[in-house]
Amino acid sequence: MGFFEFLGDLLPKLLQATLVTLQLTAGSIALGFVVGIFLSLGRVYGPAPVRWLTGGYIAFFRGTPLLTQLLLVYFGLPPYLAMIGIRISPMVAAVIGLGLNSAAYQAEYFRGAVQSIESGQMMAARSIGLSRLKAIRHVILPQALRLVIPSWSNELIYSIKYSSLAYFLTGIRELMFVGRKEALHTANTFQVYLVVAAIYLAIVLIVSRLLATLEKRTRVPGLGIGSGQADRRR
Amino acid sequence: MDSRQRHTLGEVVLRVENVHKTYGDNHVLRGVSLQMRRGETKVIIGPSGTGKSTLLRCINQLTMPEEGHVWLSDCEITSPKEDINCARAKIGFVFQSFNLFTHLTALSNVRIAPMKVSKMSKPEATKLAMMELERVGLADKADAYPAELSGGQQQRVSIARALAMSPQLILFDEPTSALDPELIGEVLAVMIALARDGMTMLAVTHEMGFARAVADEIIFMEGGGILEQGPPEDLVRNPKHARTGEFLNKITELYGE
Repeated sequence: MGFFEFLGDLLPKLLQATLVTLQLTAGSIALGFVVGIFLSLGRVYGPAPVRWLTGGYIAFFRGTPLLTQLLLVYFGLPPYLAMIGIRISPMVAAVIGLGLNSAAYQAEYFRGAVQSIESGQMMAARSIGLSRLKAIRHVILPQALRLVIPSWSNELIYSIKYSSLAYFLTGIRELMFVGRKEALHTANTFQVYLVVAAIYLAIVLIVSRLLATLEKRTRVPGLGIGSGQADRRR
Repeated sequence: MDSRQRHTLGEVVLRVENVHKTYGDNHVLRGVSLQMRRGETKVIIGPSGTGKSTLLRCINQLTMPEEGHVWLSDCEITSPKEDINCARAKIGFVFQSFNLFTHLTALSNVRIAPMKVSKMSKPEATKLAMMELERVGLADKADAYPAELSGGQQQRVSIARALAMSPQLILFDEPTSALDPELIGEVLAVMIALARDGMTMLAVTHEMGFARAVADEIIFMEGGGILEQGPPEDLVRNPKHARTGEFLNKITELYGE
């Protein structure tokens, strides 16, 4: 079998699996984003019990292996959900597991960004009559989200690669799982894994480029990296 | 004719009664009382660390006083029943460090409160914000971000931001202290124009030129309380306390006539 024939046979299967990988990533990063925002706000602005709970959540998900968490959700969650009549597919379980983990990391990035915003911003927002919630929504978060893009890019890139851990959950035909299956059925084991790696790399590069564009589009003078000089002008 | 006599003083807009504030062991405010009538301008002076800024923050409760009461017109805003957001919307606050919202243009900075607090429509709020920017002479900078403006311009935008809520009074917390000397004039000019328009203003500032031009009263604070207050000429010419005269001499030396 020639190289192109080999690729022609392999690629459609891997690209099919790539779609699953993208779904896993998109689902987990989105779930992690929403939960992460609330965790970070709870941690910064919440009363003591909320700060304690969110801190505990973050400590657990950052302090235990992702694979352990995935298996806990995969085997632990469905029986309980079944009791209240909810059945979830392996795919949903994987997105929940990956997303809850990502939330902990995203929360830490958001917290750093929120805390880096000068206290005068919140004070000014309150002084014109905005409630705390509105001040967070209209003043703090729009700034924090701009500031967080560079470090948050890391989390998105990790999420793409960590989605491969769904390999260990039966019934999810993501890129790593399909790649391994193909590798076992061919003599070109090395080449198959090389193609798998190339696909992950391609996704990461495209996503990084998109984020760089997003960062540029949302950039505002005086906010974030490279704004130091403008800040000094008084 | 002197601007002070031009407007007849209206009803009491602000009443502060026996306000106390402590930070740890530091008893910053030791029972401060004052009142402001509509259209009045008062200037608070005093050595640093004497609670001038804390007093302003206690008035709109950016800092909670431990004791004492604050009334805005007939409504006690220190009462727990009162919606503090609603009260704050009626009290403008101008900060020493401007505190414009970094991610918003000058126009959006001025229009955000009418839109998000007063629920004004965007076109309406834009019109109002442009009027207020016009009033501080910055209509041409509507689309500039704070980092693209000089300190003096930023402070004028922040005054426009306060004006956009048609406040019953504006508190100024050392509005020119963070500015280069050549930028102070443009901010003071805006403040003087406001005072002459009949805005009720309580300003912590050592700019005696401003005080002399428009202040109905100077309040001298020391040690967390008001030591003496009165019309500028009286206070400058015949201070009741030696300490007041001493301090006034010092700031006249520093800031000029």
